Amino acid sequence: MSFKYDAIIIGGGHNGLVAAAYLARAGKKVLVLERRHLVGGATVTEELYPGFKFTVFSYVVSLLRPDIIRDLRLPEHGLTVLPLESTLTPLPDGNYLYRDGDHYRTLRDIARHSERDAGAYDEYSRNMYFMAKAVKYILSMVPPDPTSWNPRQWMDLLDMARHFLNLGEEQFYMLAKLMTMSSADFLQQWFESDPLLGTMSASGIIGTFLGPRSPGTAYVLLHHYMGEIDGAFRAWGFAKGGTGGIANAIARSAESFGAEIRCDAPVAQVIVKNGRAVGVALENGDEIYAHTVASSLDPKKTFLQLVEPDELPSDLISSIRKFDVRGSSGKVNLALDALPDLACMQGSSQFGMKARALAGAISISPSVDYIERAYDAAKYGEIPQRPFIDAIIPSVIDPDMAPPGKHVMSCFVQYAPYHLNGGWTDKKREQFGDIVVDTLAQYIPNIKNIILHRQVLTPVDIERIAGITGGNIFHGELSLSQLFFLRPAAGWARYRTPIQGYYQCGSGTHPGGGIMGTPGQFGAHEMLKDLR
Amino acid sequence: MPIPTPFHPRTAPLCESYEWRNWSGYLAAGLYEPTHEREYFAIRNSAAMIDVSPLFKYEISGPDAAKVVDRLITRDISKCRVGQVIYSPWCDEDGKVIDDGNIACLDENRFRITAADPNLRWFQDVAYGFDAHVTDVSTDLAALALQGPKSRAILKEVVSGIDFDSLAYFHLAHGRIDDFPLTVSRTGYTGDLGYELWLRPEHAEALWDRLVEAGSRYGISPAGMVALDIARIEAGLLLIEVDYISSHYARIESQKSSPYELGLGWTVALDDSDFIGKKALGAEKEHGSPWAFVGLHIDWVDLERLFNKVNLPPQVTGRASRDPVPLYKNGHQIGQLTSRAFSPLLKKYIGLGTVLSQYAAVSTQIDVEITVEYGREQGKATIVKTPFYNPPHKRA
Repeated sequence: MSFKYDAIIIGGGHNGLVAAAYLARAGKKVLVLERRHLVGGATVTEELYPGFKFTVFSYVVSLLRPDIIRDLRLPEHGLTVLPLESTLTPLPDGNYLYRDGDHYRTLRDIARHSERDAGAYDEYSRNMYFMAKAVKYILSMVPPDPTSWNPRQWMDLLDMARHFLNLGEEQFYMLAKLMTMSSADFLQQWFESDPLLGTMSASGIIGTFLGPRSPGTAYVLLHHYMGEIDGAFRAWGFAKGGTGGIANAIARSAESFGAEIRCDAPVAQVIVKNGRAVGVALENGDEIYAHTVASSLDPKKTFLQLVEPDELPSDLISSIRKFDVRGSSGKVNLALDALPDLACMQGSSQFGMKARALAGAISISPSVDYIERAYDAAKYGEIPQRPFIDAIIPSVIDPDMAPPGKHVMSCFVQYAPYHLNGGWTDKKREQFGDIVVDTLAQYIPNIKNIILHRQVLTPVDIERIAGITGGNIFHGELSLSQLFFLRPAAGWARYRTPIQGYYQCGSGTHPGGGIMGTPGQFGAHEMLKDLR
Repeated sequence: MPIPTPFHPRTAPLCESYEWRNWSGYLAAGLYEPTHEREYFAIRNSAAMIDVSPLFKYEISGPDAAKVVDRLITRDISKCRVGQVIYSPWCDEDGKVIDDGNIACLDENRFRITAADPNLRWFQDVAYGFDAHVTDVSTDLAALALQGPKSRAILKEVVSGIDFDSLAYFHLAHGRIDDFPLTVSRTGYTGDLGYELWLRPEHAEALWDRLVEAGSRYGISPAGMVALDIARIEAGLLLIEVDYISSHYARIESQKSSPYELGLGWTVALDDSDFIGKKALGAEKEHGSPWAFVGLHIDWVDLERLFNKVNLPPQVTGRASRDPVPLYKNGHQIGQLTSRAFSPLLKKYIGLGTVLSQYAAVSTQIDVEITVEYGREQGKATIVKTPFYNPPHKRA
């Protein structure tokens, strides 16, 4: 059988595009099929209100791997990462905690809340550097299956064992704690003040359906330190043009290598003949044939929707069915008539510290209790009255995001339970939006007067628009039980599937979500081994 | 002790870093904020105000002004129309570069030259015997560079009497802001869309205030020398006393450079105009130059390899480095890297340097000295074309 394409990638999100770019770079004929009218998936920028560009879902870039940036020449294709240097935690009593690139000033501000915490800050950072270095090793490998008898995988496992034994006692124990503790408990080994613990522990719950006191969340903290080990090359910040700027750069790179990208082309099914994937059927009935097919969609779609159940072993079907993809977060995007004013800081909003705070992250996370209470509500299917919000004002960082003098604000909100009691309705969505705006108004008094347009996204909306089952931003919980050789299912963590010629390359595979690109990159590498 | 520039009353309160540099005897902000990254990205993504008042400025006027300029610079000034600006080096009789700068043709008989070093004595000596007058106008003019993709939109709102859509790259025009006049040249040291504003020092603060007011809607920011240094390396622009030494200050002959050796061969108009150094440069062109000025791309993967030997991530300075390091080919030194920076925009470790001309071809693989944890190592580097960054909006 002769195929028009070597590979078809289902889904034009960042991982699908990365996979396509690597395949095309290796000289393969690749077609990317995207359901929507634009590429990016959850990595999109859309002008939803005239002149105002919303970084609709994802909003910062922190993990995009340096080797991918380099291999795919992303800066040449338009990727620019603008600095996002500060985190402001405004507090209900009018005080604040502010941290930025000015090390000693940051320590002084932490000391206002706890002198002891200021003293421990550098020690903590140093430990996290070692932890990130230890874990980077895992992120850079295709997960070996510990039950496999394949000698190559055994070599990988031995090498991994050696890596961890070489860490030294102190770091090894630290890593064991990091893998098992809650983010709050882990941080309390160093810190005591509410705002610092609250804001830092929030890094451990973003995207998960867990609270800062839930075991396992400490591991998620680590992702925020990954950039440290890449030196000057780190890609941490706000992508020019919003995260759609990242997807567009990858798409242009893929096209420059010869990949073909087709939008408005939803795939209905993978065509399997005699246990082998040979192409896809589009929703409009067209059939396109290829030597291999890869899905960058979430595991539920990859295994339960795109292929018939009788093509897969029943144990795999049942583990994928149990794969936890409950969405826990929502997004509120605002078009603003003016610059938000921060009640907690005096002075000019144009230059100086307040201006820098407005150009950084604004974290509504005054304490661990505050976030844990929000989780309590969500746990029982309710919208929390006071949610954790991670807000940025992209137009302050990149003036092209809004008309001159106007602004856009991106608010990541947690928790918004996918399974809301009574289900999500239009009314509940607006109620959720009101709660977010009311919460912001406590710290940004002018916010209600300057809103021109509001987009509220619940996990159900994320599922509907971005096509991610459960609206889970990571394509599946980043809990230990769903990581490494267990992601997305035991025995199938190496980007392959039981169907010959059918691959996975989405965030539901190792090492998981965040705009990292590794699943797409590794997926492509595995495909190339077979395409040779 | 350095003294304030005309913009100092406005720049000083914004200089939170307290990091001032001495630029030709003036206080120049190294950076305003605690870190330079946002200032750098103001140059590349919005608009940055850079106080360049410390530049030396000279005016050559009189019936023979064009003749004096023509004798002085290596380029042919007769091709420069009124309202145009050209960049050129000027040389001594041996064809070695004294300095480089912009020459603005203000009038048929009046030129303004910007320079990095004091040049009054040299310019007056060159003008000897001509019906022309050379004056130092350095303190008569304040100068502010407004650089970045949003600079035009801001100036359109602030300046009257100039059609910015038709003001071409390396041209100037005269306009007004409220009640004071200024000259705007579409020039700069960043390789981006940008302008330099020339005005009487007493209007400096008013200019600053008007730019800040209008620019707030476009993300305007002051930027210091640290950010500028990265931008100029990306633009492949050389810096006197860093990338080359003025022949007037060189202590030994080998410290001097000809325009050919600085990548400025394109400015040497051997065919029509007569200028100081022409004879020597004619001979050099015929016989070839021993040295060449090149752009370098330092290999990041190799850098990771070197640092990995000591279990560290690559340590590169966030700022541009002006400490020269040797360049090697097969273990033999072939030149030096004089400026280097990690480009936050291009995500590449880049540099400018001088190599023996036989190694100057683009794509030549050479080695660069890298200090890894106190030890001297050699990392891989490739000769590449400059500028490293050359956006279409620079000339559009």
